[in-house]
Amino acid sequence: MKEDIRVAGLGGQGVIMLGIVLGKAASLYADFNAVQTQSYGPEARGGASRAEVIISDEEIDYPKVENPDIFTSMSHEALMKYISDIKQGAYLIVDSGMIDETEIQDIIKEKNLKYYTTPATQTAEEKLGTKIVANIVMLGSLIKATNIIPVEAVKQAIKDSVPNGTEDKNIQAFQEGMNIVQKKI
Amino acid sequence: MTEEYFVQGNEACALGAIKAGCRFFAGYPITPSTEIAELMSQKLPKEGGRFIQMEDEISAIGAIIGASWGGQKVVTATSGPGLSLMQENIGYAAMTETPLVIIDMQRGSPSTGQPTKSGQGDMMQIRWGSHGDYEIIALAPSSVQECFDYTVKAFNLAEKYRVPVFVMADEIVGHMREKITIPDDIEIITRQAPEKTEDYKPYEAPCNGTPAMPPFAQGYNVHITGLTHNTKGYPDADDPKVHETLVTRLCNKILKNTDEITEIKSKYTEDAETIVISYGVPSRSVTTAIKQARKDDIKVGYIKLETVWPFPEKQLQKIAKNAKRILVPEMNLGQIYYEIDRVLGKTAKVELMSKIGGQVHTPNEILNKIMED
Repeated sequence: MKEDIRVAGLGGQGVIMLGIVLGKAASLYADFNAVQTQSYGPEARGGASRAEVIISDEEIDYPKVENPDIFTSMSHEALMKYISDIKQGAYLIVDSGMIDETEIQDIIKEKNLKYYTTPATQTAEEKLGTKIVANIVMLGSLIKATNIIPVEAVKQAIKDSVPNGTEDKNIQAFQEGMNIVQKKI
Repeated sequence: MTEEYFVQGNEACALGAIKAGCRFFAGYPITPSTEIAELMSQKLPKEGGRFIQMEDEISAIGAIIGASWGGQKVVTATSGPGLSLMQENIGYAAMTETPLVIIDMQRGSPSTGQPTKSGQGDMMQIRWGSHGDYEIIALAPSSVQECFDYTVKAFNLAEKYRVPVFVMADEIVGHMREKITIPDDIEIITRQAPEKTEDYKPYEAPCNGTPAMPPFAQGYNVHITGLTHNTKGYPDADDPKVHETLVTRLCNKILKNTDEITEIKSKYTEDAETIVISYGVPSRSVTTAIKQARKDDIKVGYIKLETVWPFPEKQLQKIAKNAKRILVPEMNLGQIYYEIDRVLGKTAKVELMSKIGGQVHTPNEILNKIMED
């Protein structure tokens, strides 16, 4: 098993944190190897950024993602910037409140993608009271849709990664994410 | 107890430094090495050590040279622009035989270049950047675990040979996260004070040897100078013999111990007509490419230089003796390639695979080049 995962968003949305939790869950709390890399410009906030994670049951040599098996985006700008090399038949999971679906209909058909939507940012704001946890909502949706790592391993990694005192809120965010994701195609 | 972490290469370097006994960091934060300074500033005070943010890299290396003579294991971390500023004092450290470790997270260069992108453009600067004849040691990690392991090793080599040792990583490895395992039985070399004799000479050593380092304020008469000095440590810049003896020893204590210092990893080289030689992060693309090529029955092997300086000339000639063709992927426009061509160019055709701009070679790029012949 080898899964190439790309997490896209805007600087400040927590996409790199999402990548770190995924990598940590796979390599410290489940029996996989994992590499997490990132790509960002000189700016700290705003601007398209992406985190990439490779999860494998074998040794991982080349550390970069070339054609993602799983692609998730929390921003329309980042989605359009980074989606072109997605693999045939890959998972595409998007934050439905943050993207414009009409622009991706062609690639979904052309690449025969497994398409999921999740109102992650909206849910974070309305149900959890802060959009800071939108990335963890997104993570819940990603795990539910793809089932790549055991849920318990991800929960361990979340508790291990978030600031002290916010563990419960983040676990709740993760659960919400698992509940709200919808398979479209 | 064995510890496991999922951390960046930068963090692994800092953890390795502390594990090796480093208790002094002076530096000026620079992308993509900043996380090393950040973690050292958090951890060192708790370990009874000192962290100083200096006004620039010139003072940073000055401070670690001083602290090394003060008895500490010392480190600084930087990237290309900072490394350029350090050159004068790197020569001073070589001349005064000051053990220190410099971690260089290479980025796009020259000048301020590409702060958040990767490169391998500093490989010749660390070899020749300061004036004069001198030798240094350089290790090139390609993974987060190697960032930890090689940093520990860098401290051991610095102590053993009293020389600046460079950990030559890059932005990709520095910012990449992987699991590292820290065993509890790591070999650490600690500084041994020389014997106190009546006629003690701090710089007296065999022609390929390294004298023990006398600590300050412990009753040794020590004089430290960048001028050519005799075995007592006093300036003697007129006598050609004194200069020749000193500078030859400074070089030979590294060059004549190359076999002991350097390490090479190789696979499938026995029957290989083509061998890919790399160091640092391109080695990972090479490994993926070679595994694929061997599945397709292509006779190709690889050599990974874990130590780049001193250059493992004889080991390379031995391992690559049957190869007809050597490929050298580097993230610069050709640096270690010329060294490999000098060493293997008579028995094989040596070809450079340059890649600059911030990305590492993809496995397919390497595979295609292998198939080109």
